[in-house]
Amino acid sequence: MAARAMWKGVIRFGDVNVPVKLFSGIEDRDVHFRLLHRKDRFPVKQAMVNPETDAIVPWAETKRAFVTDEGDLVMLDKEELDALEPEKSRDIEILHFLPKHEIDHRWYDRPYYLGPDGPGDDYFAMAEGLESANMEGLAHWVMRNKEYIGALRVHEGYPMLMSLRHAEEVIPVESLEAPRGKPLDERELSMARQLIGMLESKFEPENYRDEYRERVLELLAAKQEGRSVKVVPFRRPPPSEDLAKALEASLKQERRHA
Amino acid sequence: MPEDRDDEERVRPRPFWSGVIAFGLVSLPVSLFPANRSRRVSLKMVDDSGTPLSRRYFCEHEQKALSADDIVRGYKAGEHHYVVVEDKELEDLAPEKSQEIDLKRFVPLDDIDPIWFERAYFLVPDEGATKAYRLLAKSMEDERRAGIATFVMRGKEYLVAIMAERGILRAETLPFHDEVRTPEDVGLPALKKAAKEQVARMQKAMKALAAKELDRDELNDRHTRLVLETVQKKIKAGKDVVKAPEEEAAEAEEDNVIDLMQVLKERLQGGTPAEPKPAKREESRGRREEKSRRHPVGASAKPLEDSTKEELYELAKELHIPGRSGMSKRQLVDAIRERR
Repeated sequence: MAARAMWKGVIRFGDVNVPVKLFSGIEDRDVHFRLLHRKDRFPVKQAMVNPETDAIVPWAETKRAFVTDEGDLVMLDKEELDALEPEKSRDIEILHFLPKHEIDHRWYDRPYYLGPDGPGDDYFAMAEGLESANMEGLAHWVMRNKEYIGALRVHEGYPMLMSLRHAEEVIPVESLEAPRGKPLDERELSMARQLIGMLESKFEPENYRDEYRERVLELLAAKQEGRSVKVVPFRRPPPSEDLAKALEASLKQERRHA
Repeated sequence: MPEDRDDEERVRPRPFWSGVIAFGLVSLPVSLFPANRSRRVSLKMVDDSGTPLSRRYFCEHEQKALSADDIVRGYKAGEHHYVVVEDKELEDLAPEKSQEIDLKRFVPLDDIDPIWFERAYFLVPDEGATKAYRLLAKSMEDERRAGIATFVMRGKEYLVAIMAERGILRAETLPFHDEVRTPEDVGLPALKKAAKEQVARMQKAMKALAAKELDRDELNDRHTRLVLETVQKKIKAGKDVVKAPEEEAAEAEEDNVIDLMQVLKERLQGGTPAEPKPAKREESRGRREEKSRRHPVGASAKPLEDSTKEELYELAKELHIPGRSGMSKRQLVDAIRERR
């Protein structure tokens, strides 16, 4: 069954305009709960409350404040904030075309498939153009009042828009320092590599199931029928004291399984 | 409204998991910290006079604010019918997976397409685990392999790829197979070869906009910059500024010193020890989770946010929260909420 488009826009660069539809690349299958009032089992509402008086402050009367480093508040009213909102637009503007992989995956946020909105001749020509030039576009667009920066790339022959995180949202691994210590033991290192080798396989995502979700659904079904669900307790193992011994035992165990 | 989301995040503790990585028979206790943080500019919701407001849940029928004990999770099973589930019941569904990431498979790094990475977390070694951590990181990096596992964090199961880069272990969560859409799932039309002239026209337009590298400035958040500019203007003009009482000012300054980056740096070097004894931990953990789960929302009579940092510190001491001396006010609030 075809998915529903979440937004429509027009990709623009130079004299090119390609109308597209956006589809989320990931389907949310989480089990969603509502928060209820325990007594009457009605969904609860949220409200902003003055913690000193416990009085509910209506949404329209709330203001926003920026807290400075010194703890001072700078008040901003809704008109001021509205004026800072991006202008509505259907344009997906391509700012640059960059060599493929120049946009590191650490910036990746969410993948959106692009579908043609209309006949689609330019749509396929764009995908082919990107692929043969080995390029990715850096895109900017405003969707539902929010500004996005993204990577226009090709996935399985189809154009895809990958939204990107803002620079300040990512903690670069280069800014951190790996744990330090004495040089690692060569024998332990070789055993660890060997163990990784024995556990090696291809990545087969279809072999992993969300068992927890299944158990949650099972619990819900059981509850509706008034049954109970059995629980198996788990004890967390302590950290391995003797690494060499633990590695050796692991290798032995894997050999037996092989 | 974007600031609505920020406020929401302040109420909820930040994603954080602590458990054991199993590598064969080697167990490696670790903690997960997010590698991404929310937008830097976060606006507080206040009333007309500048009193910071708290988000509370309330019952429409009784028109009163509810405490955490008054609230329970429900799954919609019909028009007005909900199946009530206690948080403890959800917690008990997968006790082993809530505490262990069992690396049963190691796959070539290039097998995993990063477009499906959802969220990144840095792994830091808990007490006594630094050597095993370094060993695992080094051998994974040498072999160019990622460890694959599933585990449960905050009431949801994740497929996760553990990778090593520059001696640091990172977890990338991935959607499950049935959550990943294919072009066919979406209903995209069959691939079609485009006319040569059309492709050439595209390439010409692309070349005209070609750049060699990504300019980091393009990833800056324009909205954040605009808000900060407006704020600066107001501070300069002394307009709409509510001065903080003096003791709060000192506190705020201290608060800003320690952020996520700082915590990560310290924890990577084993700066903050984990809970004292593994045997005891088992027990305190169970108790903590049972309690914290019964309080899904931070809606107690007096919000922790309103306590002073000293009060929070004393409370943290009582609850034996590790690393409390290095925590900011907000981190103390989160840690206490986790523990209670």
